[in-house]
Amino acid sequence: MAVEKLFKDEATEEKGERARMASFIGAMAIADLVKTTLGPKGMDKILQSTGRGRSVTVTNDGATILKSLHIDNPAAKVLVDISKVQDDEVGDGTTSVVVLAGELLREAEKLVNVKIHPMTIISGYRMAAECARNALLEKVVDNKQDAEKFKSDLMKISMTTLSSKILSQDKEHFAKLAVDAVMRLKGSTNLEAIQIIKKPGGSLKDSFLDEGFILDKKIGIGQPKRIENAKILVANTAMDTDKVKIYGARVRVDSMSKVAEIEGAEKVKMREKVQKIISHGINCFVNRQLIYNFPEELFADAGVLAIEHADFDGIERLALVTGGEIASTFDNPESVKLGQCKLIEEIMIGEDKLIHFSGCEMGQACTIVLRGASSHVLDEADRSLHDALCVLSQTVNDSRVLLGGGWPEMVMAKAVDELARKTPGKKSHAIEAFSRALLAIPTIIADNAGLDSAELVSQLRAEHHQEGSTAGIDVISGSVGDMVERGVSEAFKVKQAVLLSATEAAEMILRVDEIITCAPRRREDRM
Amino acid sequence: MALAFDEFGRPFIIIKEQESKTRLRGLDAQKANIAAGKAVARILRTSLGPKGMDKMLQSPDGDVTITNDGATILEQMDVDNQIAKLMVELSRSQDYEIGDGTTGVVVMAGALLEQAQRLLERGIHPIRIAEGYEMGSRIAYEHLEHIAQKFEFDATNIQPLIQTCMTTLSSKIVNRCKCSLAEIAVKAVLAVADLERRDLNLDLIKVEGKVGGKLEDTELIYGIIVDKDMSHPQMPKEIQDAKIAILTCPFEPPKPKTKHKVDIDTVEKFQTLRQQEQKYFDDMVQKCKDVGATLVICQWGFDDEANHLLMHRNLPAVRWVGGVELELIAIATGGRIVPRFQELTPEKLGRAGLVREKAFGTTKDRMIYIEHCANSRAVTIFIRGGNKMMIEETKRSIHDALCVARNLIRNNSIVYGGGSAEISCSVAVEAAADKYPGVEQYAIRAFADALDSVPMALAENSGLQPIETLSAVKSQQIKENNPCCGIDCNDVGTNDMCEQNVFETLIGKQQQILLATQVVKMILKIDDVISPSDY
Repeated sequence: MAVEKLFKDEATEEKGERARMASFIGAMAIADLVKTTLGPKGMDKILQSTGRGRSVTVTNDGATILKSLHIDNPAAKVLVDISKVQDDEVGDGTTSVVVLAGELLREAEKLVNVKIHPMTIISGYRMAAECARNALLEKVVDNKQDAEKFKSDLMKISMTTLSSKILSQDKEHFAKLAVDAVMRLKGSTNLEAIQIIKKPGGSLKDSFLDEGFILDKKIGIGQPKRIENAKILVANTAMDTDKVKIYGARVRVDSMSKVAEIEGAEKVKMREKVQKIISHGINCFVNRQLIYNFPEELFADAGVLAIEHADFDGIERLALVTGGEIASTFDNPESVKLGQCKLIEEIMIGEDKLIHFSGCEMGQACTIVLRGASSHVLDEADRSLHDALCVLSQTVNDSRVLLGGGWPEMVMAKAVDELARKTPGKKSHAIEAFSRALLAIPTIIADNAGLDSAELVSQLRAEHHQEGSTAGIDVISGSVGDMVERGVSEAFKVKQAVLLSATEAAEMILRVDEIITCAPRRREDRM
Repeated sequence: MALAFDEFGRPFIIIKEQESKTRLRGLDAQKANIAAGKAVARILRTSLGPKGMDKMLQSPDGDVTITNDGATILEQMDVDNQIAKLMVELSRSQDYEIGDGTTGVVVMAGALLEQAQRLLERGIHPIRIAEGYEMGSRIAYEHLEHIAQKFEFDATNIQPLIQTCMTTLSSKIVNRCKCSLAEIAVKAVLAVADLERRDLNLDLIKVEGKVGGKLEDTELIYGIIVDKDMSHPQMPKEIQDAKIAILTCPFEPPKPKTKHKVDIDTVEKFQTLRQQEQKYFDDMVQKCKDVGATLVICQWGFDDEANHLLMHRNLPAVRWVGGVELELIAIATGGRIVPRFQELTPEKLGRAGLVREKAFGTTKDRMIYIEHCANSRAVTIFIRGGNKMMIEETKRSIHDALCVARNLIRNNSIVYGGGSAEISCSVAVEAAADKYPGVEQYAIRAFADALDSVPMALAENSGLQPIETLSAVKSQQIKENNPCCGIDCNDVGTNDMCEQNVFETLIGKQQQILLATQVVKMILKIDDVISPSDY
């Protein structure tokens, strides 16, 4: 007797083969979607939002593309998730991780079709991933001790990362920007200290790194435009009406004259507060919140530069750069640490006026000003630069470096192939499949560049037959070349994260033999 | 629908809106119920054992969960059928009680129902079947005790515990690093366990996860992790020998509960009020400072001014810490939770050797570690993994492993896994069945058959020939009189689970059999299903 209804209305259940099919197809569709953006000659995608304004994003950053997709297939969601994690964790390789997971599943599908149990495939994949990781570990180069070499490594890595992005034309310029910025962080991974200001106009080449700090604000009218040897008080305090915070307090008066008196008292209070602030011996005051006209005028009278409404990140960075503390009370002027810098001046970038703090005490933070033809270009440049910065900051901590251009994949594939030959049993098919999936990445890179991938990859494979080969695909000249000469490097951390997360995701999807979808929650009709 | 008539031939209305209800009675009702129960069991059957598959569940909001934990699957399933809901309850109660074996219990119940259906078709009364099952379960229960073995462990020799946890973890996706995870789980349990009283409180083990990194980076921290950062960006990121004030009152002007209004009508009042307000903040910070605190952990928010004052007086602070975490911190550091500033005293401060803030990845993710606490009786397992679903699944797996370790500390009897206990019980029940006169004998035999279904499912999921393997193992058990023979799921080459080190807890197994029998009895006793018909 069949069960009439086990689940709620609209809840669906897919089993066995069908479930596996659904997840394979979904995952592969996602992988195919981002596949064409892989590599230095990868193409971009236009994303149009469904929100008001239909804003357009042009990008080839895998994580950005996947984030903006609305996906219903649960397996596809797993891939989107790994790409997001990759972005959070190492910043780059967001496309590669999805493509690799997709390829692993594509190979797995073939194996499932010839009746190999998913669990066998998984255990094969696991062995292969472990073996591939060890192969990479053997080949890593660590130049941490040698500062010169390490810097050139960083330079190479950031050029490799940037070469697949919109910035590839000026990659040397930007690579230098990124390396300089990251070196200033001195090992910290806090990328917030690097501020990126986007100003449309000019060309990408005009972008520059500023040693000091640039605040996207104007200087109040009537206040000095240039201060040397500035003493800066960074504050987060209300400079409008200082409200009484005691609960339940309210003003209740019975005549107009009383109102005037209280207003007077308020003004006196504000004046006192300003006086207290000025008595810190400062000549620049930066506040996170608004500064009303009245206190602003008082500051102007005292010859103090007052900057209002600097956003929270700006304040934090400024505090970091100038070495001051963020103050909210002003009763003990002697013990508040003031920020210092050599020069504050108003500068012009394009048509906008900005405030520039230079000669700061702590050189940890810096600002990169991006220039470009349109806001789309700038957004994409921002994302690319962010990727590069992330990779670099991670590499500073974990300085192991690999060659690029499909070299790591070839090394892994070779090691995995050898393992397959040594392994008895059905697992060896899965291990072989893993190596095929690894080879798919250089193939796709070559395909995207319009090269003869079959020819190139087979050449590469022959090259790698020798021990210690450094050959990889040189997409620019369209041939197999020596990656050491070309200076193509990648961070070990990125490759490792790609390998492990892709295997983990593939494993997870493979293990599924049933998909149960609950009825979608009803949205309130917005009538 | 049957109707009752009074002496004048008018129908009684017994059930409200009788016409709009559907009703199933008698054998039909039982069969429908059995079918529903079996359908649920069928879903879980493939998840059993080390080679079991996972299920992907999509919630009403579109979130994806991938798991092979029976309780989780059933909980997330949108089940509408009442009997199916009973099965969900069954798995949940196993989860609450034991924490492991949630899949097995459902599969067992499904098998019992299947056998019951056959007996019903032969015309045996459901109550007789239920009674037979009851007897069968009692025999199995006692037999389990008979074959159970005590195993010895203590704080220094934890290897046996790790082995058992590994059996639990081997059926999960995390089996790649089951060894290290099992070790973490056991160490965590031992850290908080009260070995004298043979008890422990699992609430003391916090399981925290963060995406990124790899599974191997999962670690056990003898202390607490809070997913928060210091309230002021310039506060020190590392504090040695911290004295912690744990507060549940905000750094804000007090808000009396009684409704009140403070009227400002003169300039003087305005000024006094302002001074009063500043004094509040000053006093609060001063009080914390006076008792010697070097770190303030607060459940509520801070006013900007208070925040700066704290920073200014060099008193690092963490705000918006959740109630549960606050309690754990209090336990770990040996401090007291203080609800009023007035009640702060030096004795109420907690102590920790090291408090530090740690950043993760490229985004603005920071967590606060509180380590080397005065009282190490609260620990945190910090899980890393490639994606969100992986972390969630690892959390569930660790929970299972923790439960197993706890059960072993409570009661150190074990039985062997791999279906060997079930096979052994089945043999015992089968043998005992012949002694019972009456119809129950059939039910008891059916019970023995149902017990076979767990090893059968194990063999099936492992890609072995189920019937062939089961009969081989069974005959081996009888021949060698060795209750440790089970299904060789991992293709190791021996059927002896004692050699493979596959253990399960005795109470877990006993509970499975008891719970499954109870639910099946309940389902069998239903002979009338009245439900509102579809509209």
